Amino acid sequence: MSRVLTVALTLLVLLAAIPFVQWAVVNAVWQPDAPACRAAHGACWGFIVEKHRFILFGTYPYDEQWRPATATLLLIGLWVFSAFRANWKPRLALVWIAGLAIIGVLMWGGVLGMRYVENERWGGLILTLLLTTFGLAIAFPLSILFALGRRSGMPVIRALCVGYIELVRGVPLISLLFMASVMLPLFLPGGWTLDKLLRAQIAMILFATAYLAEVVRGGLQAIPRHQYESSAALGLGYSSQMAFVILPQALRIAVPPLVNTFIGFFKDTSLVLIIGLFDLLSTVKVSLTDPKWTGFGVEAYLFAALVYFAFCFAMSRYSRRFEH
Amino acid sequence: MLAPGKGRAVAYQALALAALVLAGWFLISNTAANLEARRIASGFGFLGREAGFEIGESFFLRYGAADSYWHALAIGLTNTLAVAAIGIVAATLLGFLIGLAHLARNALLRGIATAYVEFLRNVPLLVQLFFWYALITEGLPLPREALEPLPGFFLSNRGIFFPSFSGVPELQGFNFAGGAALSPEFAALLVGLATYTAAFIAEIVRAGILAVSRGQRDAAQAIGLARWQATRLVILPQALRAIVPPLTSQYLNLTKNSSLAVAIGYPDLVSIANTTINQTGQAIEGVTIIMAVFLTISLSISALMNWYNATIAIR
Repeated sequence: MSRVLTVALTLLVLLAAIPFVQWAVVNAVWQPDAPACRAAHGACWGFIVEKHRFILFGTYPYDEQWRPATATLLLIGLWVFSAFRANWKPRLALVWIAGLAIIGVLMWGGVLGMRYVENERWGGLILTLLLTTFGLAIAFPLSILFALGRRSGMPVIRALCVGYIELVRGVPLISLLFMASVMLPLFLPGGWTLDKLLRAQIAMILFATAYLAEVVRGGLQAIPRHQYESSAALGLGYSSQMAFVILPQALRIAVPPLVNTFIGFFKDTSLVLIIGLFDLLSTVKVSLTDPKWTGFGVEAYLFAALVYFAFCFAMSRYSRRFEH
Repeated sequence: MLAPGKGRAVAYQALALAALVLAGWFLISNTAANLEARRIASGFGFLGREAGFEIGESFFLRYGAADSYWHALAIGLTNTLAVAAIGIVAATLLGFLIGLAHLARNALLRGIATAYVEFLRNVPLLVQLFFWYALITEGLPLPREALEPLPGFFLSNRGIFFPSFSGVPELQGFNFAGGAALSPEFAALLVGLATYTAAFIAEIVRAGILAVSRGQRDAAQAIGLARWQATRLVILPQALRAIVPPLTSQYLNLTKNSSLAVAIGYPDLVSIANTTINQTGQAIEGVTIIMAVFLTISLSISALMNWYNATIAIR
């Protein structure tokens, strides 16, 4: 039975894989040559070759693109550095501050002979990574406050936290992004403006806070009651109990679901495309509007999928190490 | 639990409320001033005005450009509900199949299920929607050369056509007429939502089945049930108790994710509300409608699934 199934499945896989390989490899065109692409029966990877600078860096000035490239590598380096448990020390915060400062200098420039580049021209991979990094960096501490608030004995605080968390989790992210792009300007006093990037970042933070708060709450619930009682018996006040006894344990338990939420958030940054920001997916989509190169959407989105996959898969492998 | 002293607790809560009221007042007064400066009348009065735009597709209800915004939004809502309902059914079926395949004895079947879950879960849904849309509009042939996998079923870059009560699709001019049709937008959204959510459902199903104790399967085998019978009659009914709560949140996610329709041009509620906002400038009302509708849908699905969960719980 099992052998018959294996043979049948192998045939099915081959039936799907052979045309795919023919399309993606055998008949593919690798040179950035649009007429050759249109004549061929295979994939047009030449499109990616032609557009890779635009896809990765957006409209950042072409001859300055070593700056976002360096910044991207530096940011990825910071994430990898933070992944090691040996580095989970207070000085990690200093490393991040230094790293982000260098990234800011690289991206904006205006010093050390680097041209000033306003953030309207930032785009591509670095924008996706920056939205993720700053979104999580600000949402995570906030989410701890909301999780503690939701478990607080004070009814008003609890009601406010529950209301916020459930409201945000009940609506699509798109509606928050619309809120940020069309309603936020109305909320501000006349004359004040926030640029588009910052508004989208605020919406992403509001969104991530609610989801992370629920994960942190899950960690808090897993802490046995006697931990609270014995730390109270030691004479610790509420904030010392939380800071030195409860949270260190709760957050450690919550690492795998936290990383899963991080992955979800990283994927969700792609939605900023809908309100006109220039993230990685957006640069892919815009590069397809070049009249010389229309009609290669399948190749372009497969490439985008591979880039996102590389980041998400690495993160999910990492979180799995904590599950044992 | 372990709140600070009573006096301090009251003070904190009063402070939080005061901050909220103050922030609310600040935002509302700014908004009122801004609306007045831009001469936008607030309120839902605009809903009765003529919408003036066409909607590509609709289920059940009829609509024309001369109808009101209210009418257009109702079409959007039915479109959202249609894609979400069909998507939930498809994602559940596919998800259970892949979840079961994940636990099969056949290594190749397990491998296929693992690869499916890993790849679909780790790519943003929006990328997948664009991919499916590009595949349908660029990869499929013109209606003239449409693929016909089953008699009467046609796959073309203008959509998917299949027989219905009203007749069989036939090529007329540049497109098909008769029968029923799925637009490329609807088809891409449906396939994207169903295959993406199925990957998450598969993981839930797998975890739920693994949570059923090993003794149950041994016992089922001991009384002479075949492997498949044991799964269907003994394991799955017990696993459902662990599966239903997380399954509910996947249904909610699918429904909320259907709002990505706006990116590929399927006229769901969000995309019609977006057009309405652009035409009328009624941003606050538009976003409020989207949020209120999705909150209502979310709460309804939660209530329905809680009821279902209660019926399968151990009494």
